[in-house]
Amino acid sequence: MRRSFFPHAPAFLHRFLLSAALVAGTAFAAVQAEAAPKTSVTIGMSVEPTGLDPTIAAPVAIGQVTWQNIFEGLTTVDRTGKVQPQLAESWEISPDGLTYTFKLRSGVTFHDGEVFDSSVARFAIERARGETSVNPQKRYFQTITSIETPDPQTLVLKLSKPTGSLLYWLAWPSSSIVGTRSAENNKTTPVGTGPFRFVSWAKGDRVELARNPDYWNKQGAARLERAVFRFMSEPQAQAAALQAGDIDAFPEFAAPELMQSFEGHERLVTVIGNTELKVVAGMNNARKPFDDKRVRQALMMAIDRNTLIEGAWSGFGTPIGSHYTPNDPGYVDLTGTYPYDPEKAKALLAEAGYGNGLAFTIKAPQMAYAQRSSQIMQAMFAEIGVTMNIETTEFPAKWVSDVFKGADYEMTIVAHAEPMDIDIYARDPYYFNYGNPDFNAVLDKVQLTSDAAEQAVHYGEAQKILAGDVPALYLFVMPKLGVWDRKLKGLWENEPIPSNVLTEVYWEE
Amino acid sequence: MRAGLRRPILAAGLLLTAGLVSLAVLSLFWTPRPPGQMQIAMRLKPPFEQGLLGTDQFGRDVASMLMSGAWNSLSTAMAAVALGASLGCALGLGAAVWRGWAQALVLRGCDIVFAVPPILSAMMLAAFLGPGRGTAIIAIATFMVPVFARLTLGGARQIWSRPYVEAAIGMGRPPWRITFLHVLPNIADQIIVQATIQLGLAILTEAGLSFLGLGMAPPAPTWGRMLADAQTFLGPAPWLAILPGLAILLSVLGFSLLGDGLRDLLDPRAS
Repeated sequence: MRRSFFPHAPAFLHRFLLSAALVAGTAFAAVQAEAAPKTSVTIGMSVEPTGLDPTIAAPVAIGQVTWQNIFEGLTTVDRTGKVQPQLAESWEISPDGLTYTFKLRSGVTFHDGEVFDSSVARFAIERARGETSVNPQKRYFQTITSIETPDPQTLVLKLSKPTGSLLYWLAWPSSSIVGTRSAENNKTTPVGTGPFRFVSWAKGDRVELARNPDYWNKQGAARLERAVFRFMSEPQAQAAALQAGDIDAFPEFAAPELMQSFEGHERLVTVIGNTELKVVAGMNNARKPFDDKRVRQALMMAIDRNTLIEGAWSGFGTPIGSHYTPNDPGYVDLTGTYPYDPEKAKALLAEAGYGNGLAFTIKAPQMAYAQRSSQIMQAMFAEIGVTMNIETTEFPAKWVSDVFKGADYEMTIVAHAEPMDIDIYARDPYYFNYGNPDFNAVLDKVQLTSDAAEQAVHYGEAQKILAGDVPALYLFVMPKLGVWDRKLKGLWENEPIPSNVLTEVYWEE
Repeated sequence: MRAGLRRPILAAGLLLTAGLVSLAVLSLFWTPRPPGQMQIAMRLKPPFEQGLLGTDQFGRDVASMLMSGAWNSLSTAMAAVALGASLGCALGLGAAVWRGWAQALVLRGCDIVFAVPPILSAMMLAAFLGPGRGTAIIAIATFMVPVFARLTLGGARQIWSRPYVEAAIGMGRPPWRITFLHVLPNIADQIIVQATIQLGLAILTEAGLSFLGLGMAPPAPTWGRMLADAQTFLGPAPWLAILPGLAILLSVLGFSLLGDGLRDLLDPRAS
């Protein structure tokens, strides 16, 4: 018992050796000779999906594997974020905005041979909106009152009130059209109508897809024979795999600080694009002291967004002033509503009765962006006499149960991935506990029209309300840090919706 | 100096630990810059370019953080060892007095605690208490207890069978007096040696726990979290990982050498 012993070889040592081995591995791979044009691609992702059915669970990783590759919708969005027809060839909207008549495409079959027609479309939508539905965006279907199928190529949706965003919502991964025979098993063996069919899923490692030879759209058929999604959470391992050529593309590379290591690389390019990832520090608006608007405004003024972006995300990011990104329609730059001004912030805190300081706890998930942003905010708040304790809360399980569902928190920080989700502030219950009737009224107006310009005006108003009320601290939009092979073409540079659309991807000769 | 040459292990151990302790204590009064102060414009500057040891991803001074981290590491480790050693010694001495089922209970208890890795018990504790310094101290102390319990039990049983102790028993001295007058002083050197060696282990475990986010909460700098934060900066800023790694290495080495040296000094027969 006298000798000291070290049975608990520290985890960091293990990781260190692992990355050392990976770095060594790159030296060999670089020598690999280029063969004939490749017909397969390996895409890297940081997060493995929890299942492969985007219509029954929320994680965006599900859609990033399946959407537009395996599954398609009545409508879709293109790489610029515009709504386009897909399984619905065209549509007509009645003047009162209450009846949508879709003309469905003929000659479409699922990967298992099932023929797509209006009854299948009805099945898919009924499944998504029904009582027992666990669809992550179920509320998108709530204004649908009935679904009629006058003939196999016609689908009629009757609405209870005008829903201007319906066509856009129908394009979401969660609105994917699933087959009547295969829907039950989509979680493990997804069957859709898309240009790729599912081959295999080795849990913890990869999902493999193969070209669908019977794809309905001959012009839009996949150019690749095979596609593999590989899952790798460690940024060091991601970088090593890219440099070794084990992975052809990492559309969402996890570590901004490693981006510069790819600069000037002979085979890899870096592509910085837009996303919808809004990093916001939500506050429990129902709890003291955050029920006082002035406290929230003061905290907002304590934050120098540009410095925060520099420190937390190596300068990759765009400051935002409300829950809206510069690529969304009708964006207004509101970062000037409560700009960085520690003196004013202090005065406002004193006015609210917290002149002697204030202490609270932030429940921050373990992700690098959240931890780093929290530490910087902690230092910035200290400047105005506010003490913020950081409590690391495991994401997703514990965060979802404590913060998202339980609303048992004071402040938290997370990146909201869903595009155009400003309506979360109108939801009740939602973890911000915001509840502003004026805001809700503005959002209702958005749905009354399907005219994009008019919607944009209302969205502008909604942004201004949030920027003034500061129910959450609006920090920045994360960019899409893409790293991929120079010869790989056709990947989306921007991400109007979380996705990895591979239809148009090919290798340049 | 000559003593140092005769006992190079002890001298090296003393040198390293004295350096660590003095830096840790100094950090309470002075660091080159406030360890938590961020200067984001000055981020990721290499050693000598900005401060003695460069800056981290928030522009904090690495030298100051290492000094302050030394105190956080050392004080946590000392508290844990003190707690674990007193509990363990009490159990061991008690078991030596009562023998029989009490001894069996203590020994089996030790086996059970040994079977659970400290990282695991810390994670379970953190789930109840929330992560923090207290959790780290309790978790580290928990796996120190059996080490000291077994050590003192073994040592104490030897002492209890010595003739002068048997004489004391014959004179009707109560067991607690014998324990404190005869048993404890005779095994104190073993306990001190073990405590020194365990300090190094405690520092290593503390670093492991704070690496996993189960140690002291930020902004308090800890070596473990510095390492964790440095992971993705290995390429652009290798000093961020090397320096705290070196600090951990040298402290663990220091206490290990000091323990070995002390043992040689206190118990010449062992070597």
